[in-house]
Amino acid sequence: MSTIKLTVNGKAVSADVEDRTLLVHLLRDHLNLTGTHIGCDTSQCGACVVHVDGRAIKSCTVLVGQANGANVTTIEGIAKGDELHPMQAAFRDNHGLQCGYCTPGMIMSAIDIVHRHGGKLDEATVRHELEGNICRCTGYHNIVKSVLDAAGRMKVSQAAE
Amino acid sequence: MGVEGIGASVVRKEDRRFITGKGRYVDDIKLPGMTYAHFIRSPHAHAKVKSIDSSAAMKEPGVVGVLTGQQIVDDKVGNLICGWAITSKDGTPMKMGAWPAMAPETVRFVGQAVAVVIAESKNLAKDAAEAVVVNYEELPAVPDIRAAIKPGAPQLHPEAPGNIIYDWVIGDEAAVKDAFGRAANVVTLELTNNRLVPNAMEPRSAVAEYDAAEEHFTLYTTSQNPHVARLVLSAFYNIAPEHKLRVIAPDVGGGFGSKIYIYPEEMVALWASRKLRRPVKWTGDRSEAFLTDAHGRDHVTKAEMAFDKDNKILGLRVKTHANLGAYMSLFSSAVPTYLYATLLSGQYNIPAIHAEVITVYTNTVPVDAYRGAGRPEASYLLERMMETAARQLKADPAELRRKNFITQFPHQTPVIMAYDAGNFGASLDAALKAIDYAGFASRKAKAKSEGKLRGLGFSCYIEACGVAPSKAVGSLGAGVGLWESAEIRVNPVGTIEVLTGSHSHGQGHETTFAQLVAERFGVPISQVQIVHGDTDKVQFGMGTYGSRSLAVGGSAIFKALEKVEAKGKKIAAHLLEASEGDIVIENGEFKVTGTDKSLALPMVALAAYTAHNLPEGMEPGLKETAFYDPANFTFPAGAYICELDIDPGTGKTTFVNFVAADDFGRLINPMIVEGQVHGGLAQGIGQALLENAVYDGSGQLVTASFMDYAMPRADDLPSFQLSHTTTLCPSNPLGVKGCGEAGAIGASAAVINAITDAIGNNKLEMPATPDRVWHAIHGNA
Repeated sequence: MSTIKLTVNGKAVSADVEDRTLLVHLLRDHLNLTGTHIGCDTSQCGACVVHVDGRAIKSCTVLVGQANGANVTTIEGIAKGDELHPMQAAFRDNHGLQCGYCTPGMIMSAIDIVHRHGGKLDEATVRHELEGNICRCTGYHNIVKSVLDAAGRMKVSQAAE
Repeated sequence: MGVEGIGASVVRKEDRRFITGKGRYVDDIKLPGMTYAHFIRSPHAHAKVKSIDSSAAMKEPGVVGVLTGQQIVDDKVGNLICGWAITSKDGTPMKMGAWPAMAPETVRFVGQAVAVVIAESKNLAKDAAEAVVVNYEELPAVPDIRAAIKPGAPQLHPEAPGNIIYDWVIGDEAAVKDAFGRAANVVTLELTNNRLVPNAMEPRSAVAEYDAAEEHFTLYTTSQNPHVARLVLSAFYNIAPEHKLRVIAPDVGGGFGSKIYIYPEEMVALWASRKLRRPVKWTGDRSEAFLTDAHGRDHVTKAEMAFDKDNKILGLRVKTHANLGAYMSLFSSAVPTYLYATLLSGQYNIPAIHAEVITVYTNTVPVDAYRGAGRPEASYLLERMMETAARQLKADPAELRRKNFITQFPHQTPVIMAYDAGNFGASLDAALKAIDYAGFASRKAKAKSEGKLRGLGFSCYIEACGVAPSKAVGSLGAGVGLWESAEIRVNPVGTIEVLTGSHSHGQGHETTFAQLVAERFGVPISQVQIVHGDTDKVQFGMGTYGSRSLAVGGSAIFKALEKVEAKGKKIAAHLLEASEGDIVIENGEFKVTGTDKSLALPMVALAAYTAHNLPEGMEPGLKETAFYDPANFTFPAGAYICELDIDPGTGKTTFVNFVAADDFGRLINPMIVEGQVHGGLAQGIGQALLENAVYDGSGQLVTASFMDYAMPRADDLPSFQLSHTTTLCPSNPLGVKGCGEAGAIGASAAVINAITDAIGNNKLEMPATPDRVWHAIHGNA
């Protein structure tokens, strides 16, 4: 057992967990942040993507010890109160989700994609970058639309800040 | 239409919880005192279970219990059943082998559970499972259809000699023989329809709780049809009588058919929760999903089509072997029969059809309905046949289809279905225009100059949806009726709850169904709550599959709304001192037509509940229920055209364009409809290019993870170009046909037809991987 201290969605948290605990289980089982999902056991599907120190990672592939002291953001932590993150709003407005299960991971990956590519995103880049996130419902058509739409919105909101 | 009524692409009401991480899926549920189940699964495809020693495991930390297949038999928990009786051509019933929830004696597929460890945490259960010793005696296995039907093949079930479940026929054999006798040309085709794994992104999960004081169970489960689950668990599996069992299917992360069935894990969780007096949770991991979720497709087919000298179809003869796996899953028997062979007329006027379907047991996980269920297999066969025929007869593939289209409705096919409406030519025209068919030759020439092989492929599909008229399916062997129910509660303050037996696991019912209410009463959809997925709340329901939710579930809502409207008008007329016939509803108000007198819906609702001043003899309240049993199936249809390039050096396929022109009847929310089509197309294209469930010769599933089974990813797919043509469905009050499965039904043939067109070789099976395409181009040297 180890005591793990980290910051999750801006709040300092501490948990006593088995060393073999994965970050995704810490989030879901110990912190009750069940928005982060588990869709596979081979780090392929991306339903578990969160941000660790600002980078998108698959939380099913990280032992809690590796996240000790880190700053973690989950799907629950990206809206500002009632105001959705532009990526969340773009997924809703473009029907970028159906069953919603892959959606948190998709959104967290997509935010990272926009951050890394800035305004230079095109459809081919988005499709290539989304390779680590599997969706079975949407055929990706509207997810790609959502990400491109959000890229524009995020540029605008950055400019406004 | 209002801004939120029928035809409006309003954004989904349910999305906010999903995009903020507040969805509530089964695995998110935690109950006080909850324990965790981990199943011990057979590593062998076929074996005798000689012994199970759990004594060491019981001493492991945190273990609450280890339960075995023998115990579940001793406790008289029923075997799993198949609910659709099929009769063989010799008049004998289908041969159903016994399927206990955990195997006491014999395992018949890799992954079949023999025991379960229940512990204080998931990890402790997994740890202890390592200490359970199961002694197997391996038996020879049959991993596929061809192995199963060989003389002398190992036998799976004593009930089914030769591993044959049934040998079923449909159609007029003599008429077909006569047609082929008169044929100017005969086109033959042999096809494999590859086996698929549904892979909803949310793995199956169950949480079972037993309340000893009330002798009552609650099951939270990943189900597309919680009432059906309760019925089956109660009536056939002896878990608990229906009034002592509540089944809740909360947010469910996709289904595609795989969550229709009642699986062993739910049964075991319920049974164990009573035995151990603790809540039990089981959540499958992805490997378990591959090994235990019902798979789809898996047909081997020989077919021939007869044409006259004018290229009109005279007849069709089909012989299909379908793999149903090691046991008969809940609806498995109906899939390759009444959901497949009844669609073999396609969009075409075929005077004579005869089909024989032989289903077989193999040492693989059970096969059942997966998105489209039988109809993709029929469509793939017919549309490859039409394309093959066009090439053989040197006809234009579009015009050969058009020449044979059914143009008069209603149309009775030779295989049960009576198509009620359609305009197949209109869909084909829309697709031809969208793809710029006239410009294809020059595009192909240009691609050739760039070293690419350009191909174009058609698929004109039809499906039978809106499943299904109860009397009709009853006469064909179904164990249940396939109606739907709805309840409308107008609350005293005027908000409206719609309780539906349909279940949404991504389809957007909370929005679409609310739009039906908005259309009728002019209220904003924010005032409407859709309640589903809970047997304690919803009176009954047959659930969601077969593109039935709007056509059947929505029609039940329509009927209930009619009753609410009728009563509301009576109340309004009474209060406004007007004639009932003069009351109209506009923008949420009951108005006396031609006057300025009106009452808002909340005032009418309040009057209904205060009951201070109601028409003489009227019961208080404003709540109505309806059951709707469809008059016919619905028949969505459309034309898909795929244009693609093949790199002859690598065999890799690159999409140039994919157009889909669908006729779904009236669209309630076009945005949601298009999303359904996108997803279906992705699954159809996935089958055509990527997906394949492969068992090796010993019955090991070698594609049991996302690293081995090629799920379509974003960069495997194009953006799609969709359009709609509309003929209203005359068989239901909404005029809707259903859109959930179309893409998966139509897409795969379009892709393969395009590839075979590009490479000039028709010998190609799905999935058309670069390796297979390269070999098809260059031969097997």
